[in-house]
Amino acid sequence: MRLARYLNSGGAARAGALLLAALSLAGCADLGFINPAGPVAAAQRDHLWSILWWMMPVVVPLFVLLPLILWRYRYRGAGDYRPDWTHSNQFEVLIWGLPVIIVGVLGYNLWVETVEMDPYKPLPGGEPMQIQVIGYDWKWLFLYPEQGVSTVNALYLPVNRPVEFELTSASVLQSFLIPKLGGQIYAMPGMITKQNLKGDVAGDYIGLNTQYNGNNFTDQHFDVHVVPEASFDAWVTHVKDSGAPALDEKMLAALQVPSVPEAPDLFSTAPDGAFEGVVEQAMVKGTCGI
Amino acid sequence: MSDWYWIFGNLKWNSLVFFHAFESPSASEEIAAGAALMVILGGLWLVWLLTVKGWWRPLWRDWLTSPDHKKIGIMYVVVALVMLARAVAEAVVMRLQQAVAVNDPGFLSADHFGQLFSTHGTIMIFFMAMPFLTGVINYVMPQQIGARDVSFPVMNAVSLALTTAGAVLVMVSLVFGQFETGGWTAYPPYTGIRFSPGEGVDYWIWAVSLSSIGTTLSGINFAVTIYKERAPGMTLMRMPLFTWTTLCTAILMIFAMIPLTAATAMLALDRYAGFHFFTTDKGGDMMNYANLFWLFGHPEVYILILPAFGVFSEVIPVFSGKRLYGYTSLVWATMAIAVLSFTVWLHHFFTMGQSANLNAVFGFATMTIGVPTGVKVYDWMLTMYRGRLRFTTAMLFSVMFLVTFVVGGITGVMLANPTVDFATHNTLFLVAHFHNMLIPGLLFGMIAAMQFWFPKAFGFRLDERWGKISFWCWSIGFYVAFMPLYALGLMGAMRRSFEWYQPEFLPYLVVAAGGALLILCGLIALFVQLWVSVKHRDQLRVPAGDPWDAHSLEWMSAAPAPEWNFAVIPEVHGREAFLEAKRDGTAYLPPERYEDIHLPAHSAMAPLIGVGALALGFGLTWHIWWMVAAGFIGIWAVVIARSFVTDTGHVIPADVVQREHERWLELVRNTPAVDRGVEQQSENLGHAEAVI
Ligand code: HEM
Ligand SMILES: [Cu+2]
Repeated sequence: MRLARYLNSGGAARAGALLLAALSLAGCADLGFINPAGPVAAAQRDHLWSILWWMMPVVVPLFVLLPLILWRYRYRGAGDYRPDWTHSNQFEVLIWGLPVIIVGVLGYNLWVETVEMDPYKPLPGGEPMQIQVIGYDWKWLFLYPEQGVSTVNALYLPVNRPVEFELTSASVLQSFLIPKLGGQIYAMPGMITKQNLKGDVAGDYIGLNTQYNGNNFTDQHFDVHVVPEASFDAWVTHVKDSGAPALDEKMLAALQVPSVPEAPDLFSTAPDGAFEGVVEQAMVKGTCGI
Repeated sequence: MSDWYWIFGNLKWNSLVFFHAFESPSASEEIAAGAALMVILGGLWLVWLLTVKGWWRPLWRDWLTSPDHKKIGIMYVVVALVMLARAVAEAVVMRLQQAVAVNDPGFLSADHFGQLFSTHGTIMIFFMAMPFLTGVINYVMPQQIGARDVSFPVMNAVSLALTTAGAVLVMVSLVFGQFETGGWTAYPPYTGIRFSPGEGVDYWIWAVSLSSIGTTLSGINFAVTIYKERAPGMTLMRMPLFTWTTLCTAILMIFAMIPLTAATAMLALDRYAGFHFFTTDKGGDMMNYANLFWLFGHPEVYILILPAFGVFSEVIPVFSGKRLYGYTSLVWATMAIAVLSFTVWLHHFFTMGQSANLNAVFGFATMTIGVPTGVKVYDWMLTMYRGRLRFTTAMLFSVMFLVTFVVGGITGVMLANPTVDFATHNTLFLVAHFHNMLIPGLLFGMIAAMQFWFPKAFGFRLDERWGKISFWCWSIGFYVAFMPLYALGLMGAMRRSFEWYQPEFLPYLVVAAGGALLILCGLIALFVQLWVSVKHRDQLRVPAGDPWDAHSLEWMSAAPAPEWNFAVIPEVHGREAFLEAKRDGTAYLPPERYEDIHLPAHSAMAPLIGVGALALGFGLTWHIWWMVAAGFIGIWAVVIARSFVTDTGHVIPADVVQREHERWLELVRNTPAVDRGVEQQSENLGHAEAVI
């Protein structure tokens, strides 16, 4: 089995070393928002580290003093013994004051960052491109109304261009996340949510539904291609001219059937009202199961 | 609808798990069949043991029908340990699956994996953690406040019966049919009838409903007991900290279980009766479920953690040979946490798309809980400062809790920030965080409680060597199993994944699996410790009752304590009541006068209600309507019958009390008082030399 093979190949030692790497949290492979490929992920990463640093004044004393106390006041240790010592005004001020100050700073920071990084707020860098996203069991449909193309499980984004996603679900609760770009938002049947993102490093990434929705949940990932503007335009033209089918009623109905596409699908249209239709339908007829 | 529907409901031959293993053999099905076999064999073994040893009658007479809070407490802990074993085994299977499932389907089916994380989570929360802490509270709290029992002893037994019925229902799901796959949160519409037909979600609904009703009753019982049954002189601000955290937990139980019961009832109406509370169409709104669930769910995590805080507040001072530092701070911090815990539930779905300001309010509220929690950690540290620390197993678990809990606290503060949560929601970062809180902050607390109060309950100490082995396995295992998950989460690894597509994850997953195996060793060591201790109990006896030179009232009686706890209700003059008494030399004095003691009579009500509740739950799950009717009518028939019972108490005559009490006092006088240096040796017979 894989595990056995891995351990035989001297993996155990490597695994031990990797544990230490994991402990430092910095040893992550080039994945996820801590290796950002966009401003949202970068801001989230910076915010994460800033919290870690701000926590230090409250946690470092603990990590330093606790071992000292354990050693010095051990049963036959040298420390003095004051069993009735139960209160000290100085310490009270310190142990309430310090957390209050840190939480005050972090709380202020939280407020500012939360409002600043509201997923509904367009990102700087020009008029955002619109993409509509529909979560199905177990695939994602992306509609590009401005370009007039649609895809299943393939998301092309021009680099450095802000994008506004509008999301809904044609099945159950789903959650849209592109780890390298940051941000995460629910896609809910009968409802519309928004997420603003931007890719500023060209590359191929993975996108996910993170909300469990049945047996093929882990298969519901999609390819994200952040490409130069020119390549993006070329891709749109290619989709239109490649003889890809139109996204008609029949295609939309077919998508309703739970399935995992082998490869991304392309469509040469992005009909007006298709997205709204899915939202409507969820509210009227409900979404359908297996 | 088959011909047999009126008898068997939806239950068919092929509902039996073995059927699938037979029909379509695969590793996944065989594991399922093996688990079912273990349940059945375990059940048969129990029946055989009880029969061979002739224990049926004592079991019924002395335990199942007993209203004694001490026995109820012990039974709760037994349920918790059984369920802990199952849930840890499931965790190890999941970890192994994930470690071999990188670009490979592994050995489990997706569906089986879905059931595993759902049962693991559901069991750990509702049938391991809750019974464990309810058991410890039951055992300790009444004795700690100098009471003879809880306010409603028979209702207490009913709580246990309902919780146990729920646990049995989860066990039965291993044999008949399937459990749900929607996780311990069971969010609709996935768990609605359209997406999850079949019995799985129904098992969850009824098991959890039974447990939540039992817990609500426990909450009422504990709160009333603390308000009404305290010994004279024990003002609120003299209560031991464990009693304080129990009070806060009880209040949370009363208010927090209701939204859960409502949510499961509404989900049941959706599923059984075509309602539309949480469907997508006809005006249903699934996010109302999320709100209701977390309106329960967040206070729930404090229900889980506060009693453990109480345990640490007892264990640390005792093994530091010192009074608790900052009592008043700790009380206020506990209350602050309890109140704040109702104001933060939205942080479980920051990603719903609500306004940034709303997120900021809830994020900020979440962060403020860090203040009282931080204060507590410092208080425990300052309790050890200037003490004389004895590193018993209970103390080791408490110290490891302190360190580890702080790590979890850091990531908790991170997750309180909606911005960070967006990137880490539903990832293994979150899984690592909540295990980082719950394993130290709940499980280590409960293990410490078991080590600490076991001699009180059974009259002998637990073996220290195996205790320490268990401690090291649990602690190292925890770090090895969960630190890699933080890294994985930051790299975008989702929770509840049965398969992976990024080869980069592999080493981390392998390490985590190793950690899970270490944890399993820790659990096994804990059971070995029990076994070894029972075997060597004669060298571990502490009949005089005070093996640790402890501070609070529950230690002011023999070990194990008599059924009535105290021959005469003690008079309380200060905070550490027993400590004060030992100092004044009044701890072991005979009272002036003995009186008859009134205790609640045994009652078959609770076990009968438990059986009825199990029938009700099983019948509802499988649509076996006659069983539902029988269970429902049975329960109420028992309740009505009970209301005609007028003789609900029994009396212990004063001379019996006197004889028993004087025998203990005599024993204490004849037991040499030992120094703390030999605490862990057989010289320690439970009479402590006064140090403080
Ligand atoms: C003893 C060692 C434990 C191990 C090795 C362990 C392992 C796991 C694993 C592998 C998962 C699934 C993670 C995923 O979704 O990918 C999980 C989920 C979970 N665990 Fe544990 N766990 C342990 C103890 C606990 C304890 C003590 C509690 C609570 C008291 C707990 C509560 C949960 C919950 C609530 C879930 C989430 C289930 C869900 O997704 O709905 N676990 N655990
Ligand atoms: Cu919460």
